[in-house]
Amino acid sequence: MIVKRARETNDFSENLSLRQRSGKYWHLMFLAATIIGILALSALIINIVNSVFGYVIMDSKINPSTLAVNGIELEDQSTDQWIQLLQEKLSSGALKKLEDEKPLSERSRKDLFSLIETRVLKYKVLETWSLYDSLFRKSEIVNEYLRVKKEYPGAQLQFRSWIRGDLIMRSQSSEASTAGIRTAVLGSLWTILFTILFAFPLGVGAAIYLEEYAKDNWLNRLIQTNINNLAGVPSIIYGILGLAIFVRALEPLTSGALFGFVDPTTANGRTILSAGLTLGLLVLPLVIINAQEAIRAVPQSLRKASYGLGATKWQTIWAHVLPNALPGILTGTILAISRAIGETAPLVVVGASTAITFDPTSPFSKFTTLPIQIYQWTSRPQSEWRHLAAATIIFLLVLLLCLNAAAIILRNRFEKKY
Amino acid sequence: MNQLSPVLETHNLNIYYGDFRAVTDVNIQIPRHKITAIIGPSGCGKSTLLRAFNRMNELVPNTHIEGEIIFEGHNLYGRNIDPVEVRYRIGMVFQKPNPFPKSIYENVAWAARIHGYRGNLDELVESSLTKAALWDEVKDILKQSALSLSGGQQQRLCIARAIAVQPEVILMDEPASALDPIATLKIEELMQSLKKDYTIVIVTHNMQQAARASDYTAMMMLAENTRSGTVIEFEETNTLFTRPKDKRTEDYVTGRFG
Repeated sequence: MIVKRARETNDFSENLSLRQRSGKYWHLMFLAATIIGILALSALIINIVNSVFGYVIMDSKINPSTLAVNGIELEDQSTDQWIQLLQEKLSSGALKKLEDEKPLSERSRKDLFSLIETRVLKYKVLETWSLYDSLFRKSEIVNEYLRVKKEYPGAQLQFRSWIRGDLIMRSQSSEASTAGIRTAVLGSLWTILFTILFAFPLGVGAAIYLEEYAKDNWLNRLIQTNINNLAGVPSIIYGILGLAIFVRALEPLTSGALFGFVDPTTANGRTILSAGLTLGLLVLPLVIINAQEAIRAVPQSLRKASYGLGATKWQTIWAHVLPNALPGILTGTILAISRAIGETAPLVVVGASTAITFDPTSPFSKFTTLPIQIYQWTSRPQSEWRHLAAATIIFLLVLLLCLNAAAIILRNRFEKKY
Repeated sequence: MNQLSPVLETHNLNIYYGDFRAVTDVNIQIPRHKITAIIGPSGCGKSTLLRAFNRMNELVPNTHIEGEIIFEGHNLYGRNIDPVEVRYRIGMVFQKPNPFPKSIYENVAWAARIHGYRGNLDELVESSLTKAALWDEVKDILKQSALSLSGGQQQRLCIARAIAVQPEVILMDEPASALDPIATLKIEELMQSLKKDYTIVIVTHNMQQAARASDYTAMMMLAENTRSGTVIEFEETNTLFTRPKDKRTEDYVTGRFG
């Protein structure tokens, strides 16, 4: 009734309740959009976590306790004893192959122990369950275990967390229970190092040129438009470009042959250097655009103040524009780099190795990276690899989260009030 | 140089933004060690003319001038004159205080350093800040950010910064328009104390300020037909405000117009 009276006396409040109501609908729509987004994200996280923990049935050919010598457990024995054990238990052909890859006496203890685990003890994951099944279908799992036990007397049922402390310490292996991501982590770090070395100076340099030096003519506008478009080119295209330029055309450079570097395992340009440069090309437009925005955000009044004091262009850029743009440039670069870390497709094209057990030691090494490792493991038919992939995804997500957090901290810390 | 000879002279100065002629046929002589005010309605080219004196106009793309500006016998727009050198000898203070986001000390010392100042920087900072009537307020907080100062203090810091490179002329583009009356008064007093060492050219919207603070005044106005600004009267301030020759000046200074 109040509304009606107001309408009779006051023209301006006509339809007000209708307008308010439609505002409420929009409010609900926006809320719904947010909730759907959050639900999708939680579904992703729950799905991954579901695969990271769960029961497994493990079998080993030899019970490790039977290998104790003079009361010293297998794990505490000396490196020489381990090598002796390997020599006893492996065929001469397999031994020769291992010695050819890298002499046993030169291998680290971790390496040797994982060899013993895979070649001598032969741990094997027979069956795996997800966290959900492990929590709510315990009886089915136990029944299954009892059935399997008849076939494999040494089988053991254990609750396993696939993400474990030594996940990043172990190298790739043919057996999921002993495989780790050390090779992939090192490959990712090496690759990203070259991506940064390539994309950061080039990107910031181009941004300075475009913002501070380039005249506003059709050529520079064309270049600008193209850079903006390049940022949206599918990453696989960059992979093909990288294959053509870095792997094929610049092979002497990227394989290290130019520097007299001969790696018998990589006689071609499918190296860390190629991968890093390809990812560098991929993020270059992003770095340029982010750096341009940061440079543009430096107030014009600072440049005027500097010129007004008789500073040259370069003195102005060096003393005022760059220091004030730096937090923005770094933030943008970190975000671009975190995209590069997650890239898979271009590296598949450039020739990431499918399975290597050796850590990269130079820019000219063969490589694999975290997303490549995840991609390979998820495409294997045995379920245990998917659990391992899930654990690797968690690691990758944490890594990306750290990078983004670093970007936010940088931004807040150096935020300038002009 | 003779004390009475002009520091800056313009000869048939025209200033263009692209094809548009913003300022037409200016012929004035800026007297040495005096304060010259440029007044006139908005958009008549006051700031454009001021910025032409130290070639700051060139930061805007597509500007060019015709005619010449003579500074101490040199054409500022001559072929072998570097604008960087021009701005070093003819300093500028802007409308909005724009200190660098650095310490107070660095604000004053930076420009001297890039010009290869060989003396004692600490002394230079102190003398510049003293001349800018700011030393007593900031001598204990030289390491603090310049952005922590008030607007009026920031503007005086900008003047100190301009003084520190020891220019011959200081151009001021409405230096007090963003400040309150007390800070404005301080800037005006400061200008009076600075004019024994420097020639000052100031653009102002505020006619009382021009009348109070300046020795000479140039009155600018847009031409009716071309929408281009020009100096219609250039006189000693007293004369211009009390016995204007031009009818338009009279209307403007008495508040009947503009």
